[in-house]
Amino acid sequence: MDWVGASQTDQRRMMDVIGVQSADDLLRDIPNQIDGLLDIGPGMSETRLLRHLASLASRNEPVAPGRCFLGAGAYEHAIPSAIDALVSRGEFLTAYTPYQPEASQGTLTATFEFQSMICQITGMDVANASMYDGASAMAEAALLALRQTRRRRIAVSGAVHPQWREVLQTYVSGLGDEIVEISQSDGVTSLELCQTAIDSETACLIVQQPNFFGHLEDLRDLAEIAHASGALLVVACNPVSLGLLASPGEVGADIAVGDCQPLGVALNYGGPYAGFFSVRENLVRQMPGRLAGMAWDSSGQRGFTLTLQTREQHIRRERATSNICTNQALLALTATVYLALAGRSGFQEIAQQNLIRAHYCADKLQNIPGVTLAFDAPFFNEFTLKLPCLALEAVNRMRERGWWAGLDLGQFDAGLRDCLLVAVTETKTRDDIDSYCQDIAEVLK
Amino acid sequence: MTDLNDYRFTETHEWVHLREDGLFYVGITDHAQEEITDIVFVDLPESGRVVNAGDELLLVDSVKASFSIYAPVSGTVERSNEALANSPELVNSSPYEDGWLVALKPSDTADTDSLMTHDQYLAFVESQQ
Amino acid sequence: MRREPLLFERSESANSGWYRADGDMPDTPPEELLPSRYLRRERAALPEVSELEVVRHFTRLSQLNFCIDTHFYPLGSCTMKYNPKVNEKAAQLPGLTQMHPFAPESASQGSLQLLNELQQLLCEICGMSAFSLHAAAGAQGELAGILIARAYHQSRGETRRQIVIPDTAHGTNPASAHLGGYQVVTVKSNARGRTDLSALREAVTDQTALFMLTNPNTLGLFEDDIIEIAEIVHERGALLYLDGANLNALVGVVRPGDLGFDILHLNTHKTFSTPHGGGGPGAGPVGVAAHLAQYLPGWVVERSEDVFRLKRPERSIGLLRAFFGSVGVLVRAYSYIRALGAEGLRRNTEGAVISANYLRILLSSVFRLYVDEPCMHECVLSALAQKKRGARALDVGKRLLDYGFHPPTTYFPLIVEEALMVEPTESETKETLDAFVQALQAIDAEINSNPEVVQTSPHSMPVGRLDEVRAAREPILKWTPQMSISGARNTASVG
Repeated sequence: MDWVGASQTDQRRMMDVIGVQSADDLLRDIPNQIDGLLDIGPGMSETRLLRHLASLASRNEPVAPGRCFLGAGAYEHAIPSAIDALVSRGEFLTAYTPYQPEASQGTLTATFEFQSMICQITGMDVANASMYDGASAMAEAALLALRQTRRRRIAVSGAVHPQWREVLQTYVSGLGDEIVEISQSDGVTSLELCQTAIDSETACLIVQQPNFFGHLEDLRDLAEIAHASGALLVVACNPVSLGLLASPGEVGADIAVGDCQPLGVALNYGGPYAGFFSVRENLVRQMPGRLAGMAWDSSGQRGFTLTLQTREQHIRRERATSNICTNQALLALTATVYLALAGRSGFQEIAQQNLIRAHYCADKLQNIPGVTLAFDAPFFNEFTLKLPCLALEAVNRMRERGWWAGLDLGQFDAGLRDCLLVAVTETKTRDDIDSYCQDIAEVLK
Repeated sequence: MTDLNDYRFTETHEWVHLREDGLFYVGITDHAQEEITDIVFVDLPESGRVVNAGDELLLVDSVKASFSIYAPVSGTVERSNEALANSPELVNSSPYEDGWLVALKPSDTADTDSLMTHDQYLAFVESQQ
Repeated sequence: MRREPLLFERSESANSGWYRADGDMPDTPPEELLPSRYLRRERAALPEVSELEVVRHFTRLSQLNFCIDTHFYPLGSCTMKYNPKVNEKAAQLPGLTQMHPFAPESASQGSLQLLNELQQLLCEICGMSAFSLHAAAGAQGELAGILIARAYHQSRGETRRQIVIPDTAHGTNPASAHLGGYQVVTVKSNARGRTDLSALREAVTDQTALFMLTNPNTLGLFEDDIIEIAEIVHERGALLYLDGANLNALVGVVRPGDLGFDILHLNTHKTFSTPHGGGGPGAGPVGVAAHLAQYLPGWVVERSEDVFRLKRPERSIGLLRAFFGSVGVLVRAYSYIRALGAEGLRRNTEGAVISANYLRILLSSVFRLYVDEPCMHECVLSALAQKKRGARALDVGKRLLDYGFHPPTTYFPLIVEEALMVEPTESETKETLDAFVQALQAIDAEINSNPEVVQTSPHSMPVGRLDEVRAAREPILKWTPQMSISGARNTASVG
């Protein structure tokens, strides 16, 4: 099977025009060529290929409806049917980066709407066209803070997702700036430790809302502590929670980032997802990534174009604000369609259903002997459960009953080996939750 | 028309002019602003920055390109032209007056003797065409 | 031209909101579950429109785009080839899409097998010893490569501070080098558009960590001194990096590992046909020679017997993003490679090179070739003569839109004045290529007969040229409730 456009006859005609006998004549300056063919086997017909892929897929155990209480940065939410119909359109799917605005008004208008919607939900002034994912967006936020403050130290809460912290570490490792980790206490960032850790050398404080344990940080207090030392507050937030929770802008954050996965993006074994990145007005020139802006043509027709491009790598090269080029446009479009479909009241309602169902589930679980909430702090749609056994054991026994029970926190912190991170989204019915709680009770017996 | 007899010029198209306040004002030439086309942003340096002659002083952006502007003399940035934050187009419309970029407090070694006069600069630009 | 207002500008629909709660739960008010200081004061001002309005809006928007499915897109350096539909079907298999990234290995054997096989395929195609599929895109792969080089030199007790990059390089190379903490040293190209060896000998020192090369380079020319380049770089203890953006010219012909490259990234959304999606997502697999495998980012999938496991390389540079990688993208690349097989991949490469040279010959009668030699998968022309007659490369590109073609890449590489960089890919027919040449010939004639029609083009698109100067000086980056639909700001001039 192949998708070469020109027929062999036409290729021969083209080679006549070029003045060569064969493609080899055009490739002859290349040394050390492969002798024969690559050792990857022959191609496949479409039928055989799809059968092969289906057989691979059948070796997986995908998330079954109502059975997944596993979150930890990737959540099963309802995905509106209209999303696939719209996002899979070739006009969006197979377009390039909108460097030619006249031929890209579809992508650019949708990007402008994405930026506008992210600003609405985060309460920030400016949002970009997307980053790779929430974790790399958070790392780029730290880099922005280092540039802006000209300081060399980053304070990050230990209650931030461990993989996200590791990404931060990698991104900063080249530049050699220092990262200070602030421990959690009772499931939230310790304000006391923040006070001592943040000083006039600190570029920013990074926290997550809700944090990795599912619990809610007191962002107003954290903003105050950061700002008292001239540091920026970076909040990594779950966008679905913003249907209800105080927005980062409202509580004084300087940069709000997060992952769009909960906004209509399939789990896909970890990606592709999309990061969002939003800032206060004064930081716009320091932003990484693409920005779509409004513009007019000579006849007064409104349109959209990429703007403030001199921040970017294709123009400023080593002086650019980031090396990012390709972003996650199609996933940003997915989130835009999701937020459009949800609407103002729907967005709030979805958040509310997450909150109600998670609290219903937590209440029920706490009725099981030996089971408690590990931390007292308020939570949104995810919480940390303390079990009378190793969480890993509970997870395995629940799996035998067809459940993804949650995440064993022991793999990140040996002190939390009896802790299970449980996510409850709007996709879980009361029956699902009742039956999950009953099975947890049984496997713990 | 600005009298450019007291202005001195670099081969990288900056001008420098000692003014009554004892500071060396720095900008880009009319030729440079024309080449850059519409300026949309001037990335002004913070006050107090110390530069040697030939160091990169700041960046000037058009829509699709970014240009380095170099210090014509050694000194300390005393202040920047704050008006450019909202009106970068001043560099296009008035490169020698309202569109100045930075005022430098000269260092002891600062001198403009090695720089070109306006006539020399015009001849230099001509020779580069 | 019909205007498509923003969703924010539409009147609110009575039947808004796709989501309906099932009503199986008590409607506990949030204030009873959370202290009020955690709650937002106002709802986010999202549009409130019906599902039909949303569907129409985005369908109409889509119709304002050029894309591969509708137009020839000869964007140099971007490899806008056909994105086969079977890849989409593969990527939508529920057994793959509904996998949670924290699902245990024993529940993910299908995905892990696919990813392991993709690693093996890429190793064979590139002649590398190991691959990580972790990076989200090419630029992230570059950062990974740079951090791998750093870790390698550190393990040998060396702190090297510089990365050498040709003047024809993509902007991401210097930007990634900077992010990796390195100084950038630029090396000039020679008159043949290749790396100047004597300049390279001077630039590469015991301070050089890495030489980053795109091959074929961004002029579409194969760096035929590559064996000597590799010697120069390795003699001084530096590593040789391939920016795999142009791998579409090499697959099945030569393996970068056999040319002396130690590290490379590739772009699945170029070489391996995963759709660009209007700017992303991509994926940037990173391949390395054996001695660097221990530094790879993220996870690699290992096979023992018929069991597949995730493994963090012993001295990994770390994570670059959360979770394994952009698996949905990688599935498409896998599907593409398996569909084509060894022969299909080779035919692709030959097709891409034949098409590019065909355009090179035909277009050289209209534009000046920057280097008059056979090219690989793309060629770079200069519209300097056209500029003297009144129309710049930009104008030529915009006018092409009126003829139904996406413009080539313009003004890159930076060393070519009025550059037009044309990459047809293997996907196009001779008929399409001929029509493209005819369009450029017609535009060239227009520059003589009616330059204004070229200078003010395009004339047939949803918008004319936008005032980008004003957009950058007074940026409007989001909708606000105060904004009116047409606005009073309709006096802008052509930018």
